[in-house]
Amino acid sequence: MGRVNLLLELKNIKKIFNEGTLDEKIALNHINLSLEKGDFVTIIGSNGAGKSTLMNIISGLLSPDAGNVIIHGNDVTNIPEYKRSKMIGRVFQDPMAGTAPSMTIEENLALAYSRNKKRTLSLGVTKKRREFFRESLASLNLGLEERLNAKIGLLSGGERQAISLLMATFTEPDILLLDEHTAALDPNRAQLITELTKQIVKKYGLTTLMVTHNMQQALDLGNRLIMMDDGKIILDINEARKNQLTIDDLLIEFQRIRGEKLVTDRTLLA
Amino acid sequence: MTLPAILDASEMGIIFAIMALGVYISFRVLNFADLTVDGSFVTGGAVAAVMIVKGYSPILASLAALIAGFFAGCLTGLLHTKGKINDLLSGILMMLALYSINLRIMGLTLEDGVSLPNIPLLNEDTIFTKVGDFFNGIGLGDYGILIFMIFVTLIFKLLTDYFLKTEIGLSIRATGDNQRMIRSFSANTDGLIILGLGISNAFVAFSGAFIAQYNQFSDVGMGIGMIVVGLASIIIGEAIFGKKTIARTTLAVVLGAIIYRIFITIALNQGILDASDQKLVTAVIVVLALILPKLIDKQREKNRKAKHRLQGESNSKANGEGESVA
Repeated sequence: MGRVNLLLELKNIKKIFNEGTLDEKIALNHINLSLEKGDFVTIIGSNGAGKSTLMNIISGLLSPDAGNVIIHGNDVTNIPEYKRSKMIGRVFQDPMAGTAPSMTIEENLALAYSRNKKRTLSLGVTKKRREFFRESLASLNLGLEERLNAKIGLLSGGERQAISLLMATFTEPDILLLDEHTAALDPNRAQLITELTKQIVKKYGLTTLMVTHNMQQALDLGNRLIMMDDGKIILDINEARKNQLTIDDLLIEFQRIRGEKLVTDRTLLA
Repeated sequence: MTLPAILDASEMGIIFAIMALGVYISFRVLNFADLTVDGSFVTGGAVAAVMIVKGYSPILASLAALIAGFFAGCLTGLLHTKGKINDLLSGILMMLALYSINLRIMGLTLEDGVSLPNIPLLNEDTIFTKVGDFFNGIGLGDYGILIFMIFVTLIFKLLTDYFLKTEIGLSIRATGDNQRMIRSFSANTDGLIILGLGISNAFVAFSGAFIAQYNQFSDVGMGIGMIVVGLASIIIGEAIFGKKTIARTTLAVVLGAIIYRIFITIALNQGILDASDQKLVTAVIVVLALILPKLIDKQREKNRKAKHRLQGESNSKANGEGESVA
């Protein structure tokens, strides 16, 4: 057991919404999960399986009813979201969510650049930083490095998502959380962002958790695949096995575990 | 209307411009409609007046007003962030509380009472008597106050411009723009809202301190409708001078405050309005400024659609091809 390398540990996480009411829902039911440094885990599961809740528990947006979140061996369960986000980069599903629309590209990058530093009264965009921003943007191959002073709100969803991805990663966070970050884009843009994700995660060796609705994407990316259902992790597949799997195999597996017959990819993904 | 009247209006306007910059920080930058302003403006005037009457230097008195305003704004921020009270209500509550507090502050000049609604500064040394003396000495007496105020307001404007570009300033802007995003970049949005409202109300109180000294009295009612005056200044300024960059917008806000004051003065001077109509006119200006752009946009949209319909008809007559979506 390479405990030394354990970067993220979730221990017995439980989260219940609307407890004690008719709408009570157990969103996470004793989740245990450990990630080693450099792991890239893709997560699939039907709606309401608890994928997003899991992400929000890790990021600190939600606090678990029971259990612990441990990063780098430190228990961060009670550390507020904004402090935890020094260590965690996030890209949301909504391309509008990850950037400040009325601010310029370089100002947005400056906001992200200060993530793990103390914010002071010195200028957010300096000459040196601008050069760094320009280089980073150039790596996206979208020509955005020529538009440093354009307001983010004027960019397309795909461009905004590419910048969100860059902003979430270029300070090399300990953990990267991607919550269906390609789902709101058209197929071409989604493909582009998927490619960029692959490149960037590899470049920085980021420990990554990616929720996706796209089973092919879940199989293609990463070194581990997790399937969730009804607040539990029902399948945890390592790299070797994942490489041999097809979408059909996943569906059959899902069907077997759930003990249901009428499973289509719609049930799993819808 | 006479030149001296315009000069007076400009002097007043440029003092109010500091208040408008404060409102700009809360209303535009933080996206927080902060009604504390009506109270903190008076707090500024009250603190400065009391200190001047007690013999402190007007400069020190004005700085104390600034600090008092800062704390008032921070309290509103605390009510909103830690008390989870809606933004409008936090401001209203603070405004109400400040009304009593302001009476008490002014009451500090009394020996046998606790509260006082008005302090005259007629025979006191104020910042403007000092400025007047200085400029009279160099033979520019008539324009002294205006020159001095251009200088002071410019400092506030430039400080605002710089501050909003610092790391902390950028985070405050992002807090007004997309809280969820900036929290995911490890910014404490609660703290930033408190700080932003503090700075905003510091500006407002400083402006109140200067207005009290300019008018040579501090009155508990002098802040009524101040938030709307601030909004009117912002809206007028942005409409005329644009808001492309921060520096441009803050300049627009300053000029908007001056134009607003000149406009009101003209209306009063020409007998079009009675002094008691001023609040109504201010309210109407803001309402118009909020509604007109929407009406104009709607009309433009209508014209645009009509144009496309016409084009569509001629196209379909030609070959039936639809519009291409860019």
